Amino acid sequence: MKLLVCVSKTPDTTTKISFANNDTEFNTQGVQYIMNPYDEWYALVRALELKEATGGTVTTINVGSAANDTVIRKGLAIGADDAIRVDAPENCSTYYVARQIAEQAKAGAYDIVFFGKETIDYNGAQIGAMVAEMLDMPFISYATKMDIAGNTATISRDIEGGQEIVEVDTPFAISAAKGLAEQRIPNMRGIMMAKRKPLNVIPPVDVSEKVSVASYALPPEKKDCHYIDAEDMDKLVELLHSEAKVI
Amino acid sequence: MVLVYTSSPEGQLKKSAFEAVTYGYKAAQALGTEVVALTIGNVDNAGVLGQYGAGKVLNAAGAESFDSGVHAAVIAKVAEQIGASVVVMPDDSTGKSLLGRVAVRLDAGAVSGVKTLPDTSAGFVVKKNVFSGKAIVDYNINSDKKVLSIAGNTFPPEVVGGDVAVDAAGVDVPASRVRVKEVSTVKGTVPLPEAELVVSAGRGMKDPGNWGIIDELAGHLGATTACSRPVADVGWRPHHEHVGQTGVAIRPNLYIAIGISGAIQHLAGVNQSKTIVVINKDPEAPFFKAADYGIVGDLFEVVPRLNEAIKKFKAAN
Ligand SMILES: Cc1cc2nc3c(=O)[nH]c(=O)nc-3n(C[C@H](O)[C@H](O)[C@H](O)COP(=O)(O)OP(=O)(O)OC[C@H]3O[C@@H](n4cnc5c(N)ncnc54)[C@H](O)[C@@H]3O)c2cc1C
Repeated sequence: MKLLVCVSKTPDTTTKISFANNDTEFNTQGVQYIMNPYDEWYALVRALELKEATGGTVTTINVGSAANDTVIRKGLAIGADDAIRVDAPENCSTYYVARQIAEQAKAGAYDIVFFGKETIDYNGAQIGAMVAEMLDMPFISYATKMDIAGNTATISRDIEGGQEIVEVDTPFAISAAKGLAEQRIPNMRGIMMAKRKPLNVIPPVDVSEKVSVASYALPPEKKDCHYIDAEDMDKLVELLHSEAKVI
Repeated sequence: MVLVYTSSPEGQLKKSAFEAVTYGYKAAQALGTEVVALTIGNVDNAGVLGQYGAGKVLNAAGAESFDSGVHAAVIAKVAEQIGASVVVMPDDSTGKSLLGRVAVRLDAGAVSGVKTLPDTSAGFVVKKNVFSGKAIVDYNINSDKKVLSIAGNTFPPEVVGGDVAVDAAGVDVPASRVRVKEVSTVKGTVPLPEAELVVSAGRGMKDPGNWGIIDELAGHLGATTACSRPVADVGWRPHHEHVGQTGVAIRPNLYIAIGISGAIQHLAGVNQSKTIVVINKDPEAPFFKAADYGIVGDLFEVVPRLNEAIKKFKAAN
């Protein structure tokens, strides 16, 4: 099977957030980037397992600048065969990214296109659905388990307060949630081999942007914690009722 | 026109549907237009959406199970039919699976997790939380058509009218390529993403056998239970209870954190809660910085005391 895994980079959660250019851009100075956990731990690893079981190839795709190559090489170190990077500026929209992925996915005629369920920075959860629509593929989101027999996949997916089990034939797109696979740590051999694996840089297609960032702001300061005597839980209940008005 | 798609798992409209219609109604008022609600499949009592401001309720029969491709096609066709410039949906698993597809079909700009009404004083600007609640971004949607998913528990449903008749949407429903084999949902409790009250516990509980006091507290309050990641990882609690950056993100009215340190990855999923209560024996626990009310003490003494206090309060009120 030909498998495509979309991987993005995201600031590590512990990153201190600040802005540049009159609060219109996220300040990337000194930011530590990681591969988006849903892409790395679940989507990529499930694709690799599938390849190990049934043969085929795993290609990763990223849309962004050369600054992303470290994250892309990590994907190769974990086991992807080759990588595509569509050379794009830092601050392009989700729609722009989706268009680029769809273009490459179409050209590569992949059987399954994998996404993480969302990125942990913008939590947009949009790109998988957009690419699926552009490719006219079924899209199974929030997948926690996937088995394949022939060209039919049986997939469990998270829904509000439960699970749904669906069946779908290739080609399709899938977004990975916790449970789809177990995180793999790249070993030394993988890291060495990754240096020699192909990372193909491809120019982007033109896209007219539909959404732009007007500005960023920090959330309002949280007021100080109101400490309550551990002996006096009546007081807490009273405050939750009459001050916070939540019970 | 503003079109609101309301998801209806197992044929039931939920709070997220009423919130989305309330949002749509308010947005429509600001834009000087009206709101039409759309349900897909067999839905009980869809006319009730009129109460939240839908001037018209449409139903597209024939798509009983969820397929993002089919649903997006139906929504886009209805949007075109009624000339909708804004399409609104809940930011739940259904809405999030559809938003991008509908946007592509309509050639529209899309923003998910929207938490404000559109500001049209300079373009069409909506706000959303990013970086795990550590920043807020203002997005300007430049395209003629806009597609929005609305953050849950942000726009409380408001009744502004009465039931309306449900009309057939009158669009073709394409054949589905997704075969739904089984749907299983936990009955009797409010699912975490929709819960208004959440009681959550972590490694400070020491042993899975100690959860009785947590279940009791949740029972008194009518709250849903949650947990930190390590507790779910070792199997003390079911995985669907795990909240945080890699679990469920929630924004309840009340979040009570018991024996949880408040690591940044945990906070990422809960810091949008309106009121946070932290019970921890370590006064230096980072969670207190995010708390509205803090109790420094041993949870095995504090929680039973809290249970008594709530029992007393419930009996009196
Ligand atoms: C990439 C990544 C993603 C992660 N995602 C998540 C996530 O989504 N959700 C999540 O929760 N974590 C996540 N984590 C883990 C996170 O960093 C913390 O390790 C975890 O949240 C700690 O869980 P805890 O608070 O239950 O345990 P601990 O950190 O061990 O805290 C236990 C707390 O209980 C208190 N305590 C102990 N005994 C008592 C007592 N008798 N009475 C009162 N208080 C007591 C202690 O003072 C302590 O503060 C992630 C980590 C990484 C690296």
